Amino acid sequence: MKTLICDHISKRYEKGKYALSDVNFSIPAKGIFALIGRNGAGKTTLIRILSTQLLPTSGSATIDGIDVVEQEGRLRDIIACVPQEARAVGWVTPKQFIVSYLMWRGFSIKESTHRMNEAMKRLGIQKYMDSPNRVLSGGTKRKVLVAMAMSSEARILFLDEPTTGLDPISRDELWKTLMKLKKDHFIFLTTHYLEEAEKLADKIGILEGGKIMALGTMEELRRKVKYPYSIKILSKTGMIKPKYGDIIRGVDGQYQIVTTESEANRLSKELIDRKVRFSMNPLALEDIFYYIVKKPIEEEQYEDEEKPY
Amino acid sequence: MKMKRSLISQLNASIMVNAIYAMINYPIVLISTLLAPFSLLIVITFVSRGSLLPIAVGGALIMTMISAGTSLQQDLSHLKNDFKVQDMVVSSPTSSWIYLVGMALSEIVYSMPALIVLAVLAALYISSNAAGYLAIIAVLAIMFVFSVSLGFILSTYSSDIVQSWAFSGIVSTIISALPPVYYPITFIPLPFRYLAYISPATYAAEIVQNATGLISFSNTTILIDWAVIIIVSAIVAGLAIKKSKWRED
Repeated sequence: MKTLICDHISKRYEKGKYALSDVNFSIPAKGIFALIGRNGAGKTTLIRILSTQLLPTSGSATIDGIDVVEQEGRLRDIIACVPQEARAVGWVTPKQFIVSYLMWRGFSIKESTHRMNEAMKRLGIQKYMDSPNRVLSGGTKRKVLVAMAMSSEARILFLDEPTTGLDPISRDELWKTLMKLKKDHFIFLTTHYLEEAEKLADKIGILEGGKIMALGTMEELRRKVKYPYSIKILSKTGMIKPKYGDIIRGVDGQYQIVTTESEANRLSKELIDRKVRFSMNPLALEDIFYYIVKKPIEEEQYEDEEKPY
Repeated sequence: MKMKRSLISQLNASIMVNAIYAMINYPIVLISTLLAPFSLLIVITFVSRGSLLPIAVGGALIMTMISAGTSLQQDLSHLKNDFKVQDMVVSSPTSSWIYLVGMALSEIVYSMPALIVLAVLAALYISSNAAGYLAIIAVLAIMFVFSVSLGFILSTYSSDIVQSWAFSGIVSTIISALPPVYYPITFIPLPFRYLAYISPATYAAEIVQNATGLISFSNTTILIDWAVIIIVSAIVAGLAIKKSKWRED
């Protein structure tokens, strides 16, 4: 079975900070794997190691049994990567850029042109084929890069934040393309958009502080969380303390109770009685992410600020 | 089944992106690259009332080869740091040397308009025998290897365009401004003449000037010149292969 195995990968940069610390996991190398994490969590470092751009300080990884450290030449035959800050070269057109990339991979100019046409058609950007890259919108530039990777023969695509900068419609179009691509490709992507990971990925990894905090399908991740229901309180003054569960705080400052189904029902009745605005849902990836990445509020120290209940 | 990859295509890709497409999409590039080596050549020719024209043509040919390395360093840095093209190429079947050779050849293609005009001037004003012409071609080839190797090393160590400009400034001064490629070395007063010998371009210039028959150097001097440019170029090329960071650590 085709697998991606990260074997105790650590990466320490010159300044001494560990970007990755003993990353150890194994996933099937098929479908879409989404790696989510905050800025500086180590997502780009991991993708750069796996796509043979960067050497780990220790540990290694294999993809389809090919070692990323020792057998990089063999691996490069089957991978393509779109780095996070990549841009289509400004002085050429999308057509010229993609054809050149395919020629770098060893295709003839005729085959490169054919593949470029197919990929641009598939992403709906063929009308921009002959416009200079520098005049394209940010979203179209991202699509050109994705078209570049998907037009190649690579079976494994590493896409570092592929939808950053895309408007919702373009993002949706790209999601549809990735869903089609995953039938015959393994796509390893990183994203800040939790909705994107939830919608696209067969497996999701949560990276925080250079460590894998959780990994699995959406269902498996839900099971890792103690409480499967979430109540979002829309005002700080309405917070009530659950009998069972945790209180966590989102980036928007809103408080959230994660709890059992029965306790969620009881709390919702109480909140209705108290006329507090709230929403109640089964845990989404966003909730799981905050639950895993952020400590429950009870564990935080409140020196300058009052507890919310 | 393993795909059969065309080496010619892989080399051509760099030439297309870095030279051909730039020239097609921005024709002004052709004029700029054509004029580049002629500024000093024109000045030297007028100041010397034409007597130094043959030497200056030889010098312009050497400087065009050296400029290829400076340009290569800037182009590689630009593609690596601003577009992340090198990262995309690293994660592909293209090896570092294919990429480097392709990019180096792209600089020759980029300089082609100037090289054609200089070749015509050389045919008109430089009179030498077959051995002399061969020596000139060999020197130009060695200087090209030296400059592109140096450019490749520096590009892998520059993390942004500002650093790249700084490298270019230093290299241009040491390699290009100090050596007397457009005029005889005796025009430089002592003790500054010794400074010129820091640059391999000085040794290259002496061989070319000797080959044109306009200035004669002793056989020992010419032998030393050959030894210096060959050894220095080999060391720099070796360092480029060994020390350059294709895959970062």
